[in-house]
Amino acid sequence: MANDKMQRISLSNLEKNFLEVESGLTNREAVEESNRCLYCYDAPCIKACPTGIDIPTFIKKIASGNLLGSAKTIMSSNPVGASCSRVCPTEELCEGACVLNHSTKPIMIGNLQRYATDWAMVNNQTLFQPGQANGRTVAVIGGGPAGLSAARELARLGYDVTIFEGSEKAGGLNTYGIVSFRLPQRISFWEVEQVEKLNVDIRTNTFVGKDISVEEITENFDYIILAVGMAHVPNLGVEGENLEGVYDAIEFVKATKSGQLSEDFVGKRVVVIGAGNTAIDGATCSVRLGAENVKILYRRTEEEMTAYDFEYEFAKQDGVEFRWLTAPKRIIGDETGRVTGIECIKMELGEPEKDGRRRPTAIEGSEHVLPVDAVVKAIGQTRHLKLIEEFGIDHNGGVVKVDSETLQTSNPKVFACGDVVFGKGNGDAMVVTAAQQGKDVAYAIHKQFSFVGMSN
Amino acid sequence: MADLRTNLAGIKSPNPFWLASAPPTNSGYQVQRAFEAGWGGAVWKTLGDPILNVSSRFAAVSFNGQRVAGFNNIELITDRPLDVNLKEIYETKKRFPNHAIIASLMVEPKQEKWHEIVKRVEDVGVDGLELNFGCPHGMAERGMGSASGQVPALVERQTYWAKEVAKTPVIVKLTPNITDITATAEAACNGGADAISMINTINSLMGVDLDSWNTIPHVAGKGAHGGYCGPAVKPIALNMVAECARHPRINVPISGIGGISNWKDAVEFMLMGATGVQVCTAAMHHGFRIVEDMIEGLSHYLDSKGIASVSDIIGKSVPRFSDWGNLDLNYNIVAQINKDVCINCNKCHIACEDTSHQCIDMLTDENGKSYLKVREEDCVGCNLCSIVCPVDGAIDMVEATRELAPMTWNERQAALSGVAEFKADIIK
Repeated sequence: MANDKMQRISLSNLEKNFLEVESGLTNREAVEESNRCLYCYDAPCIKACPTGIDIPTFIKKIASGNLLGSAKTIMSSNPVGASCSRVCPTEELCEGACVLNHSTKPIMIGNLQRYATDWAMVNNQTLFQPGQANGRTVAVIGGGPAGLSAARELARLGYDVTIFEGSEKAGGLNTYGIVSFRLPQRISFWEVEQVEKLNVDIRTNTFVGKDISVEEITENFDYIILAVGMAHVPNLGVEGENLEGVYDAIEFVKATKSGQLSEDFVGKRVVVIGAGNTAIDGATCSVRLGAENVKILYRRTEEEMTAYDFEYEFAKQDGVEFRWLTAPKRIIGDETGRVTGIECIKMELGEPEKDGRRRPTAIEGSEHVLPVDAVVKAIGQTRHLKLIEEFGIDHNGGVVKVDSETLQTSNPKVFACGDVVFGKGNGDAMVVTAAQQGKDVAYAIHKQFSFVGMSN
Repeated sequence: MADLRTNLAGIKSPNPFWLASAPPTNSGYQVQRAFEAGWGGAVWKTLGDPILNVSSRFAAVSFNGQRVAGFNNIELITDRPLDVNLKEIYETKKRFPNHAIIASLMVEPKQEKWHEIVKRVEDVGVDGLELNFGCPHGMAERGMGSASGQVPALVERQTYWAKEVAKTPVIVKLTPNITDITATAEAACNGGADAISMINTINSLMGVDLDSWNTIPHVAGKGAHGGYCGPAVKPIALNMVAECARHPRINVPISGIGGISNWKDAVEFMLMGATGVQVCTAAMHHGFRIVEDMIEGLSHYLDSKGIASVSDIIGKSVPRFSDWGNLDLNYNIVAQINKDVCINCNKCHIACEDTSHQCIDMLTDENGKSYLKVREEDCVGCNLCSIVCPVDGAIDMVEATRELAPMTWNERQAALSGVAEFKADIIK
């Protein structure tokens, strides 16, 4: 494995390490695979897709050579369908539901979806047109999957939509949070461009509450959609957290997707704290930045880790080491303020907690020091509490409360979707779910507008 | 191991698999390679006055991504000098004395032309002759090939001329580009044919290029109809063989041709009356090596059925092939879906619902699990559901309880006319 890794990872050309890992299907592979699809009636894959893509139809269109139609079928149900073709846990969704699981092997739905959307991308296709203007304005706060999805649907319905995006580019998680070798930025940019082509005004580098006030937005728009997602990684709450060489995993991954790759990690030892998908990203990015040794520390075990199986497998293939039942106690630095090590303590699992996972407790006297050059924190994400409070809407520890029918927050003018409404214990916070929530909010607004329109 | 040797009107070969007269049998080099691979016989690419061919000759249709579902050519008969072909036939026969070499022949419809060519090819030791009355393009425009083969009188006359001088068995190869192939088959018999072979290729235009709007294939921007063959034509060929096999006045052996790609196809043709088979497209798709499986598969099949010789299966299904009027109107089958095997793709439901008899329901059991069920009382036994079902064993077509005694349409009509006469009598 180590040898294999050495051959795959270049220390002199880091860019190469971040190229997309999976190659797309060839034309011939797409023809063969699309023809293998049974074209089920009332197909279970459609029901298993959170955005309800008409999968048999888009696959049939690949088989018939109608790639534009195929891409339209995909993207009409899922405005970030090109990204989702790469990042969806398909074996848990569409491919897991494929009836061929019971006879031969499931159709490669994700790869076919990528094939069709790649075609649209390479051929510069514009898939949708804006609807006839209805005179209503909507402010979408946050240009990630949920916000883009809401904006796309509203623009098609004739709304005048403005997206306020804090970062330099829109796309949110797809642009900055998913590692390049899974999802290159150009895919996310293409999806953003599709939304822009519908006359959606995307104001980047614009933090609401800083660059523009909440009041201004509330006054100038008929509807507001809060789709700000989540914020940075919380503090570990241990000594040494402010040392040079301690990173927030979200920022760490973002840096690998924004401009020049850092050469500071070549030959270094990195530990990642946490065992979710973001922790895996932090670890695999470290490997690709040339780190000599990368360890994931997790206070529970393999059983409890929240990373997808395929992500776990991917990290292992990258040579990432896993230290289970290990928690950080203190980060150690030298006189210049740089990280030199991390003191850890062994844990054991006790009784199950509320979420069903067993509570880890420290084993007295098991402290030990791992010499490291960098620590990447990936123990979850904080909430945009300040902004939520400024809107004055009800929330539960930063999880915005919405009416399950109308998707309105406690302020009827403000709707919310995506990770900002995603609470603990609600399954996976997937891109595809955010996309669907964005659509749902768009339809909820339209329903309300249409209703108001009728009563006038 | 079963005996695979065949004897078609006196032409003996070690197995029933011959290469048809076509590009694979163009030269001694090719035929010798084929015999080395195991082919029992070869019908040499048609000899006649050398012709000029065009470039861009073949095309094929893909079906759902599968290559060569059907195949088409606009190549003509041999374009090599007769002397060269004759020399190579002689050498090949000498090297492979136990394999059958049949010379395919096509000349102008003149007695002296037929006499001359028959004598010349028999001089080099061929085992038989096949008169090509089927080629649908190029030669037909010169009054040969299917132009002869579509006129029963011409088939009979030219067969007769060939037979006047032939010392070896004469096979007449028939064109399918005719309403009723038994008419020309009977004419061949009347002309003295020792055997008939069918089918030659079917008139076809393979396609039109969506970008250039040219025909497929095209020759410098122009196209012409070609001859269609390959797996897609098998059912058409099988029917023609069967129609001839059951015809009371066609009593010569049949060499079956048309889309035969494997040993199973060969068994079907033989059961329907063919004494042996000829293959072309499958070899063009995969090479001569396919014959190994054909021989082995046929042999294993015969062994598994306890049949000693392949000749024992010839024509065994012919009595089961008849006219629609002789089918039992009171026979009923219905579809049954095996829930344990079904994967719930619902293809049977939508096929039945939209295009057949609306008798497959999509239901949910007490555990919330979806399942499909046939309302047997409404099922007409059309087979559509079992045809579209992608899983073996998920749908069975089973015999329903018989409510009425067997009665065919012909019997019913006869009975009704009896009643009518009886009524007429009463009225009188």
